[in-house]
Order: sequence, then C-alpha cells, then structure tokens
Amino acid sequence: MGEVKLMKGNEAIAEAAIRAGADAYFGYPITPQSEVIEYLMVERPEDRTGMVVLQAESEIAAINMVYGAAGAGKKVMTSSSSPGVSLKQEGISYIAGAELPCVIVNVVRGGPGLGTIQPSQADYFQSTKGGGHGDYKLLVLAPASVQEMADFVDQAFDLAFKYRNPVLILSDGVIGQMMEKVVMPEQKPRLTNDEIIERYSDWATVGKKKSRERNIITSLELDPYRQEAHNLKLQEKYKKMEENEVRYEMINCEDADYIIVAYGSSARIAQKTMDQARAKGLKVGIFRLITLFPFPKNEINKLADRVKGFLAVEMSAGQMIEDVRLAVNGKVPAEHYGRYGGVIHSPEEVLAALEQKIIGG
Amino acid sequence: MDIKEIIKPENLVYKKTELMTDAPLSYCPGCGHGTAHRITMEVVEEMGIWEDTIGVAPVGCSVLAYDFMNIDMTQAAHGRAPAVATGIKRVWPEKYVFTYQGDGDLAAIGGNETLHACNRGENIVIIFINNGIYGMTGGQMAPTTLPGMKSSTSPYGRVIETMGHPLKMTELIAQLPGTYFVTRQAVHTAAAVRKTKKAIRKAFEIQKEKKGLAFIEIVSNCNSGWKMNPVDANNWMVDNMFPYFPLGDIKVDGELVK
Ligand SMILES: Cc1ncc(C[n+]2csc(CCOP(=O)(O)OP(=O)(O)O)c2C)c(N)n1
Ligand code: SF4
Ligand SMILES: [Mg+2]
Repeated sequence: MGEVKLMKGNEAIAEAAIRAGADAYFGYPITPQSEVIEYLMVERPEDRTGMVVLQAESEIAAINMVYGAAGAGKKVMTSSSSPGVSLKQEGISYIAGAELPCVIVNVVRGGPGLGTIQPSQADYFQSTKGGGHGDYKLLVLAPASVQEMADFVDQAFDLAFKYRNPVLILSDGVIGQMMEKVVMPEQKPRLTNDEIIERYSDWATVGKKKSRERNIITSLELDPYRQEAHNLKLQEKYKKMEENEVRYEMINCEDADYIIVAYGSSARIAQKTMDQARAKGLKVGIFRLITLFPFPKNEINKLADRVKGFLAVEMSAGQMIEDVRLAVNGKVPAEHYGRYGGVIHSPEEVLAALEQKIIGG
Repeated sequence: MDIKEIIKPENLVYKKTELMTDAPLSYCPGCGHGTAHRITMEVVEEMGIWEDTIGVAPVGCSVLAYDFMNIDMTQAAHGRAPAVATGIKRVWPEKYVFTYQGDGDLAAIGGNETLHACNRGENIVIIFINNGIYGMTGGQMAPTTLPGMKSSTSPYGRVIETMGHPLKMTELIAQLPGTYFVTRQAVHTAAAVRKTKKAIRKAFEIQKEKKGLAFIEIVSNCNSGWKMNPVDANNWMVDNMFPYFPLGDIKVDGELVK
C-alpha cells in the first residue's frame, strides 16, 4: 500500500502528477485551484523526478506550452478554474485537432463571468460538448473524493496517450479544497528521452532523423475533403471511447425505484440524501458518473426500464440533465435539481426536490 | 559551354539545402518569406543540428512553413508560438527550438507571449518577419503598419490619433534583461541576405551556448498586400520602412548597442 496522507484535493492532484511521472506542468494561478501550482513550487519536482514546473503569463500561454511540450512527446498537465479554462479553449481545440495527449484539470467555480470563487458544476456543457471551436471531444473524468483526485491523474495520462487526446479532470471547488485521507500511488519513473524517442518517433517533434519523414504537429488542413476525413477519424476515435471507456458507479440501484444521477461533490451530497430517503422507506439509488464523456447512456437507458424516475442533481441550472433525458428517452420522468452560482445544495433540499419532482409527480 | 556541360555535377555552383523540401513555395513571387526560410534552413544545415532542431510555425502567410522546412515542426495558434516554443524547449532543453512569426502574429495577438518569453530569457531563437501588414488575410492593418500607410482596414491611411503608432516590438524587447541578441535585418539584396544569414547563425550559436534569447527581425515586403510589383515593393520598403525600422544590431552580447 502507498503512503497515506491528509491532503486537499488540489494538493493530491499535484502530488499525483509528480508520481505519475509527468514531465511538465504549466499553469496560471486562479482560485480555487492555486494550491496545485503552489504545491508543485514548494515540492520542487525538478529535484525529485526532473519534472518541469513553470508559472506561465496566462492560461493562454500555459495551454500553448502544453501544446508544444505534448507535441514533443512529453507527459504534460495544466490546471485552472472556470474563467481560466475558458481562456484555454482555443488551445484545447488545437490540441484535440492535432491529436495530442495531455491532462487538463478544471476545479470549477461559479459563473458566468468572473462569477464567484465558490464551487459549481456549471462547466458541464463546456467540458463535455467540446468547449472550443470545431467538432471535438475531451475524455472527461469526474472525481468525487480526494482519493480520486489522486488516482485519476495517472489514469488520465494513460487514457490521453492511449487515444492521443486531451483528458479533462472535471472537479469543483468542494473537491479541490476539502481535505481527506488519501493513499498516494507509488512513484512511477519518468520516461527517458530515449524511451520517448523510441515510442513516439512516428508522430512527435523529437528531432527529425535522416531516416524518417518529418513530424508535423498541426490542426490545419486547407483541403475541405481532407479536413472532413480528419474529422471522421476523430469521430471514430470518440466512438471507440464510448465503446470502451464508460465509467460509473451504481450505489443501491438493485432494488431502487428512484435514481439520483450525479457526479463529483453532488454525488457525495446525494449519498446523504439516499440515506435519509431510505430511512423513510423510499428506495433511492445513486448513479454516479465517473466519465462525463463518454456518457453512460446505455446503462441509464437500461435502468430506465425498471425504475420510476430519475433526478439529475448538479450545481448548475441544468446541464447534465440534458444527457440524462436523452438516455432515459422518455421512458420515465427525469428532472433536474441543483443550486448554483456558488451555492451548494443540502441533502435535505435534494430529498425535498426528489419527493416533489419525481416521487410526488 | 553547352547546356549538357553546364549541368554536369562538377560545374555545380549552388544547391538548394536539403532542409528545404521540394514543395513549391506558397508565397507570392518576390515575397521575402521564401528567402528567410531558406537561409534559416541553411544555417541549421551548416551547423549540423537538423536532427535536433524543432521549428514553430505561426498563423500568417508562413503558416505552411512546415511544408517547406524539412525538420520536425509544430504549427502554433495565432500569436502563441513563443509559448509553444517555451513548452518544447523546457522539456527538451538540449534541442534547438525556434519560432518563425509575422508582425500580426508576434506583435499584435501574440504580444504578451512574445514579451514574456523574451523576459524569461527562454533559450530559443525568434525570427520575426515584419512586412507592416497582415499578408495572409488580405492586407489588413498590422501593429507595424506605417503612419499614413493604406491597408484594407486603414483604407485612407493609418491615422495615428485613432489607430495608434506603429509598434517597435524589437526595440521594446531589447530592453528586457532576458534577451541576449537583438537585431533588425532585411533580405531584399544579396548583401542583406548574407548579413541576415550571419545574424541567424549567431542566434543559433547563442542557443547552443545557452546564453538566452536571440531575436531577429527581418523587415520584409508584402507586394500583394502593398499592391505593388516586387521591385516597387522593395524600393518602397527601403524608402519608407527602413527609416521607421532602421536596420542593424540593437543588442549584442546582452548589451544595448543602439
Ligand atoms: C485567433 C485568430 N485570429 C485571427 C486569425 C486570422 N488571421 C490569420 S493570419 C492573420 C494575420 C497574419 O499577419 P502576420 O502575422 O503579419 O503574417 P503575414 O501573413 O503578414 O506574414 C490573421 C489576423 C486567426 N487565424 N486566428
Ligand atoms: S501576401 Fe504578402 S506576405 Fe504573403 S506571400 Fe504574398 S507577398 Fe508574401
Ligand atoms: Mg505581416
């Protein structure tokens, strides 16, 4: 078993990046995730593993540093919170278009605009529907504990390299700021330069040997038919993710009449709601999303055959609910509940909403 | 000599560097971009560093630089080349990394990335093609467009009161302690080409010695955007661009010389 620590979610992400054998982190401070870069600066990973940490001049610069380093075959990460992630969107679109692996963390706060530094889940659309310009998808992981903040970093890197696609860890101010016990993964060695050249010489800008064609990292294609072909290839990749990477957790769904669908901190709150409901004799289960894209639509659709209704609980005005409704496809009622703009719903409020919108309805 | 004699290998006097591909250049005839590409690649070849050189192409007419330069290259978002190059250089400090950018790319949308890469003293080379206009998008005003100069977005000439002054980015970044070698050159005559190539060589040598950032502005023409034939464009450049953007070294060995 790895080392047990008491840590903030943001610190866990940072420590896990070092232990995953990341080569570089580029970021710009923003609440509520500044602990990520602060922790890295204190830890001096350049001494521990040789990992590079750089505070960029903006989120735009940070994501473009990620683009450059990822294109050069290295394992790179950046993190930010909502307004900063909005700034990164052009870069993320380029990374997705050029098919580069990287890990991006969004510790979501309330918006729109400068909004509030309090937690929110209102970046669901931006995270799962593309976010920037063009037809592309990120693989999105939603941690619900400090442990998952740590565990998902290494998984995210693996997925990023498996699909050569950016992977987003979509967290929120609650998970980022709260402290919990966490079992830290073992330190993985960073790949050596020789290993990187051997593994990624077929695409990465690691320096052109005379014996091979040059590698070009680009998302530009002037011929629309070739651009369409590239888009089709991307869509194939996203389909493969949908086939292979759907992750979720079902809690007490076997006998459930009513299902709360939630992710991240809303899923934690829903656990309490579930306990309260069950104490009242209401058979409530939780469907916790771990991947937001790919979305577990088949699993929810199947569940809809044997339950009476779904309540999508999220700290937003109703974003994930759209995917839940598409999955349920009208078989049973599916409604939304959530506080937002930085306000966190209580378990009691969720239970009241469940009784009023689903059970009573 | 008849033609067969002339093309004999022993009579070869000049050969295109292997680091330029055979792809036909997408540039307008007379444009300085092609020459700037060639001498950059010649330097990389002559230094024997092509297996360790990674270029960053901008958004602008030279967006397709990677079609012409036969080395590993990354195409950056508009203005972000210095950040992209920073990312590459930081994880591959032993490689040679350079950006190749236009004036809109480097001095307008990418002003912040340029300033901060220079200020951090990233150990990279920046090649900056200043043609006073947005060539690629059809001749709009650039931050370097001269006072009174016409462009499609300053059709009556650049008005300083409302459109601001042409930006001397090169003088600006020369003030930063992070820059080690800053120069302004041109490629409109054989002599100028030789001087510019020397400056590019010096820039890559500085990177080799890890001394800091080397920045080479090349004042160039855009005959299409300026709506002139190539000869007139070069003459106009000499008469109008050079007085505002005077050629010569600005900072050498970390010391301002101008
Ligand atoms: C974010 C973004 N904004 C605008 C553009 C459109 N655009 C492409 S090239 C260019 C100007 C390029 O001018 P310059 O950098 O001077 O290069 P030149 O073509 O003159 O060599 C603009 C505005 C773009 N591609 N991306
Ligand atoms: S538009 Fe101007 S900068 Fe672009 S290729 Fe033509 S002459 Fe050169
Ligand atoms: Mg220009």
